[in-house]
Amino acid sequence: MRTVVFWVLALAAVGFGVAVFRVDSMARATFALLASFLCVGGTMVLLDLHYLGVLVVLMMIMEMMVMAVFMIMYMMNPAGLMPMSMLHNRRGALIISGAVLVALVAGVWTVDWPERAGRPPGDPTRALGEAVMGAQMPVMIVVGVAILATMVSAVVLATDRGRYDGGDR
Amino acid sequence: MLPWSIGVVWFNAMEVVAWVSVWMVGWGTNSAFPLVGGYRFLAQGLAYELPHMFALITVALGAESLDFGEIARAQDGLWFVVWMPVAFLVYLLSVLAMAFWGPFGHPVGHDLAGGAVLELAGPDRLVFEAGRYALLVVASAAAVPLFLGGGAGPLLPGWAWALVKTYLVLALLVWVRHRLPVIRMDRFMTAAWVVLIPATLVQMLVVGIVVLG
Repeated sequence: MRTVVFWVLALAAVGFGVAVFRVDSMARATFALLASFLCVGGTMVLLDLHYLGVLVVLMMIMEMMVMAVFMIMYMMNPAGLMPMSMLHNRRGALIISGAVLVALVAGVWTVDWPERAGRPPGDPTRALGEAVMGAQMPVMIVVGVAILATMVSAVVLATDRGRYDGGDR
Repeated sequence: MLPWSIGVVWFNAMEVVAWVSVWMVGWGTNSAFPLVGGYRFLAQGLAYELPHMFALITVALGAESLDFGEIARAQDGLWFVVWMPVAFLVYLLSVLAMAFWGPFGHPVGHDLAGGAVLELAGPDRLVFEAGRYALLVVASAAAVPLFLGGGAGPLLPGWAWALVKTYLVLALLVWVRHRLPVIRMDRFMTAAWVVLIPATLVQMLVVGIVVLG
């Protein structure tokens, strides 16, 4: 069952990823990318990383909607209502992505994959967190709060006297 | 497949889907006013979501759990609404905002001839409005285990108290609907980031100190 779900999610993730470059508007590309990320979130749930999987779903939805906000801020076609090509710098992109693909495939085939020793931990999310951060956990937490404070204050400073804050305050 | 232990995160993730749905409704109908309404809701989302998340984190911190059941049980002696009043108020505000209800109805405002839902009629409109009402009801119901002690109460069984409390929260939100003027998004954004985020952070600090102490 898990294998079937994995393959469905994996193929859907790749399929939506391809769709990002096939569709003809910013809005459609945004949501194709979102669908692809949601499939990745599902794959993480499949690995029993429930918390991280749901977090990926939460963050990717918000992120893609923020991208929609950027769309209206910076695009020449803010509404995404007119068809436009999603492809730029085709030759360069082809070379770069081809090189990355070759490197990744070479990695897959040449690396000596380790045999599994022991069994999966009871709480993989906790185990992953400890493996990634270990002794640096308090440091990372403090840094996280510092980054948040920086973001909030940067936005507050940047939006002071914005375009629409003329005479009504 | 998903365990109850991450209930609050799942709740948060699913409520953010409202951003997608309102924007998609606005964009998908290929019409100018609904698109403006959809973008208004995104701006509203950016304003209410951070204080909302901090309110949820405060509760999770106080209960030391992301499980709704655990959170309700953690309020055995004292309901969270008593010692986390700021988080509760912010939560109620964000429920109004996420269901674009009453004072937060700018995305479907009259000045946009109906905003995001302008082009919807018949079954489409029914589905959209049903989803909106469901969001309001579910978010009211979630306030019960988060702040109001879950099923705790004298005489009546737990489920009955949960229902009564849900209806009380819902009644309050419905009552507010036409009693406050609609807020413009940029103004609410300023208030949310300058007042609500620091207020919820201070609330979280207080709760954190209590939990550690």
